[in-house]
Order: sequence, then structure tokens, then C-alpha cells
Amino acid sequence: MNKEKLKLKIIYVATIAAMIVVLTLFAGFFAPNDPYATSAEGIRMAPSFSYPFGTDNLGRCVFSRVLYGGRTTIGMTFLLVAIAFVIGTFVGMICGYFGGWLDRFLMRIADVTLAFPQMVIAIAVAGILGGGLWGVLLALGITMWVSFARLARSHTYSLKSQPYISAAILSGKSDFYILTKHILPNILAPLLTNALTQIGVTMIGISGLSFLGIGVQAPMAEWGQMIAEARAYIQIAPWAVLFPALAIAITIIVFNYLGDLIMDYREL
Amino acid sequence: MKPVLKRIFELILILLILSFFTFLLMYLAPGDAAEKRLSSQGVAITKEVLDAERERLGLLKPFFVRYGEWLFGVCRGDFGMSFKDDMPVAGKLWSGLSNTLILAGASMFLSILISLPLAIVSAFKKDKAVDHVIKLFSFIGNSLPNFLISVLFMYLFCIKINAFPIIATGSLQGLLLPTLSLAIPISGRFIRQMRQEFLLQMSEDYVIGMKNRGMKKRYIVKNVLYNSSGHILNIIALQIGTLMGGSVVIETIFRWPGIGELVMDSITARDYPVIMGFVLIMGVIYVLINQLVDVAMKRLDPRIASAGRNGLGSDDFLTSDKKGGAHE
Repeated sequence: MNKEKLKLKIIYVATIAAMIVVLTLFAGFFAPNDPYATSAEGIRMAPSFSYPFGTDNLGRCVFSRVLYGGRTTIGMTFLLVAIAFVIGTFVGMICGYFGGWLDRFLMRIADVTLAFPQMVIAIAVAGILGGGLWGVLLALGITMWVSFARLARSHTYSLKSQPYISAAILSGKSDFYILTKHILPNILAPLLTNALTQIGVTMIGISGLSFLGIGVQAPMAEWGQMIAEARAYIQIAPWAVLFPALAIAITIIVFNYLGDLIMDYREL
Repeated sequence: MKPVLKRIFELILILLILSFFTFLLMYLAPGDAAEKRLSSQGVAITKEVLDAERERLGLLKPFFVRYGEWLFGVCRGDFGMSFKDDMPVAGKLWSGLSNTLILAGASMFLSILISLPLAIVSAFKKDKAVDHVIKLFSFIGNSLPNFLISVLFMYLFCIKINAFPIIATGSLQGLLLPTLSLAIPISGRFIRQMRQEFLLQMSEDYVIGMKNRGMKKRYIVKNVLYNSSGHILNIIALQIGTLMGGSVVIETIFRWPGIGELVMDSITARDYPVIMGFVLIMGVIYVLINQLVDVAMKRLDPRIASAGRNGLGSDDFLTSDKKGGAHE
């Protein structure tokens, strides 16, 4: 495939991804109804003009809840990936640049973290902390920084032997200056690509924990949690399950596809 | 002899770290175990009763004494008593584990059965229509969370068509939907990664040589398969963790009486000894499988022996980085 065509494709998919983010980020503007307003007479109504996705067991508007739920799911995913990105990149750069015992120590921790099954740990941690936003972030974050740290470390390490880094060292620039001005901009591309590929996985993790009831807690809307809740009456009101399911599937597919395209682009 | 000793030493060390963190996690867990236990048994809580219970459970001893006692017990197969019903935890865990192994084993078998032929076809017919179709399906499979697949399956097959029982009661028919729900996302990942691996092999000189000499396709496939077997094993091993986490979700949905369902019930009941046992058993299985695969891979492909795989036992972090454990 030629590069120009791929670039155009990336722009299209990125636009769709941006639209999803905007739609959920400004859920308050786009949602036709209050996502938390219950109504006794309007329970489990089929999709109609005023309730595009129908209503759930408590008479809440499913469309509004999907938008607000997206804000929770996507917002938490971005937050978590961003935190892992910052911590991982920092650790990886320090390790790759300075080396020595600190490098060996931190990378040993990274190795040990990878030696355990991630999702098992996440379930145990989130379950014991009793769910909630911070429980989820901690449960998934414990292992997530590692991939960033390893990537940042190996790229920093190979950059270090470049002549322009040596030149910077010889001209008396401080380590901090070299790391932020010379190394960080040059290792950013692979790290950002990694961040993009982590979005889908993280989203599956967050909604999975919420589905199990140890993630985001009701009444706060979250896609996995909405599916878990509406699963009990799927026979009567399938729309209360199918629309959040569709939302989560589309979002993950779009972000994964974007990640794939950008990886292809970088390889060309 | 020395590398073997080193490996065993590392294995023991990592299992110790695992047990320590498991214990620490429960130690730091919010809530008082004695109080939880009494209230779940319906005993009126007074100060004296509470203190007596704490004494009986050994909660008043120092941290390291408790850790040592727990670890010693675990080594002998004693995981303590359940807070919920005072039954030994070990029995519950083992019976759950055997059911989980059936489910996980079936899913893994099915995933390999689906993905290996498809990956071969996809790689050998690169950029043909078949390849695009397989790529599309594996991409979608990879993007769907397993809880979503199982809920949709339940809706379609159990409610709309009424072909399967909703609750998997251990029968073969009940096993099919949970197995499929677990196998689909994993197959998606397998096909993508195996295809990549086959393509890498096919760009090597020996394959090009065979093609030029006009060798039959199936000999080429055979050679490619043989030479990539080490990496295929690695690809499979990397999904064991996904399988473990996934089985918790799937077992809860289909009420499959495995260790995952047990742990979710225990999380709701705050039954800490069961959760500790779960984390420890899963961790030990995971670590052991990874070590075994590591050894097997080096046997299958001596070229990797010096490079090392991701995770434990790799001395050179740079080379192991490329294989990206947490990446995909």
C-alpha cells in the first residue's frame, strides 16, 4: 500500500475516533435526557423518537446513558494510559540513560511484574479495594507502566550512542536538558504508538472489571456495568444491552484499527 | 548444571515474591477479618467476642509470623479456613480448579484448532481475498471483550433460538458456549501473531530457495511450521494470562463452577483466604508454564537460547523487548 493512501486512511479513522471522543466528552450537550432520571411509568420502553435507544429497567434513557457511560469508559482509559505513559517513560528513560544498579533494580521490578498474570492481579486488587474509580486505576495500572518503561528504555539506550548526544554531553549540557530536549522528542513516536495500541486493551480491562461489579459502581454509567445490569432482563428489553454493547465494540474496533494503521505507516 | 540451578533459584525467588505480595494485599485489605467473620455468621459482636475471635484467628500476631505460618501451611496444601462457612479453603479451590482446567483447556485447544490453519492459509495467501477475510475476522475477534461475546451468545442461542441451556451445568452441551466465548478473542490474537511469525519465516532465504527449486507447497508449510514452532509456543503462552482472567468473567456469566466463579463469590463475601489461594494458585501455574515454555523454546530453537524471552530469565533486556510481552 502506498504511503499517501495510508495517510488518508489514518486521517479518516482518526476523525471517527475524535468524533467518538467529542460525542462522549460533551455528553451533557448531546444527551437528550438526564441519564440518571428514573421514571416509573416509562420502564423498558422500546426505542422511540424521544428515547432513541429505549429505556432501561428504571426508565432511564439508554442513549443518554451510553453517552455518559462512554465518558466514564473512554475518560478512564485515557487517564490510565496517560499515567502509565508518563511513569513508564520516566522510568525507562532514567534506566536507559543512566544504567547501573538503578537500571538493573527497576528493570528487575518490571520483569517480576510481567511474571504474574495481569488480569488475575487486577481482579484481586479491584475486588479487595471494593471497586470504585481509584481501585480500577490502581488494579490495571500496576502492570501497565511496564510496556512503556521497556520501550522507552531500549530506545533511550540506543540513542545514547548517537554522536549528537555525545556532542551535547561534551558541550556541558545537563542530563536533564539532554533527556528532555534530545532524547524525549526522539523516542516519542514509538511510545505514542504503544499508547494507542494500549487503549483497546485498557478499555476491555476497565469495562470487564465493571461488568464483574468490581469496577465503576452503580449508579454511575459505564458500558460494562450497563451491560451487566441490563443482562438480567435481556429478554424483555434487549436494547438496554445491545446498544452499550455496540458502543463498546465500535469504540474498541476504531481505536485498534487506528493503532494498526499507524503501526503500518511507521513501518513503511 | 549452573544455568539449571540459577533457573530454579529464580523460580523459587519469584514464587516467594508472589506469595509475599498476595499476603500483603490481604493484610492491607480494608475491614477487620474477625468482625466480618462474626457478622457473616450472625454472632452479636461485643468487645470480648471480637477479641477472642481475633486471638483464635491469630490476627494479633506480628505480620511476619502470620506470613510465615500462612506460607508454611500453603506449602503443605493447607490454605486456611473459609471465613464464610469454616470449611477448608483447599478443598474448594481444588474442585474449582479442576472445572476451570476443563474450560480453559477446551478453550485453548479450540483456539489453536481454529487459528493455526487460518494463520497458515492467511500467510501463504498474503494479500489475496482469503487473507483479507481472515484478517478482518481476527481483527474483530481481537477487539471484542469476552463478556460481550458471551452475553450476545446467550441472547442469540439461549433466548432467541433456545438451543442451549443458559446455565452450564457441566454437561458437554453447556461447555460449548463458554468455551467459544473464551476462544474467540484469543483466536483473534493468535491468528494475527502467528500470521506475522509465518510471514517472517517466509521471508527467510531457505523458503525463497525452496520456492525457486519448485518444492511442493506442503513441504514448505512443514518446514515453516517446524522452524516457527518455538515462537508459536511463545505466542500461545502469552495468552495464558488472558485465559485466566477471562475464565473468571466467563464462569461468572455461565455459572460454571470453576475457581473463577468461586473467587467472585468470595470477593462479594470478603472471604479473604479463598482470594489469597486463588491469586497464589493462578500465579504459580502462570509462572511455571512460562518457565516451561522458556525451556522448551530454547530446545526448539537454539538460536534464541542466547537472546532470552520476555519476563524472567532474560539477562539482556534489549533483545527481550522486541518480543513484547505486554504489548499485544
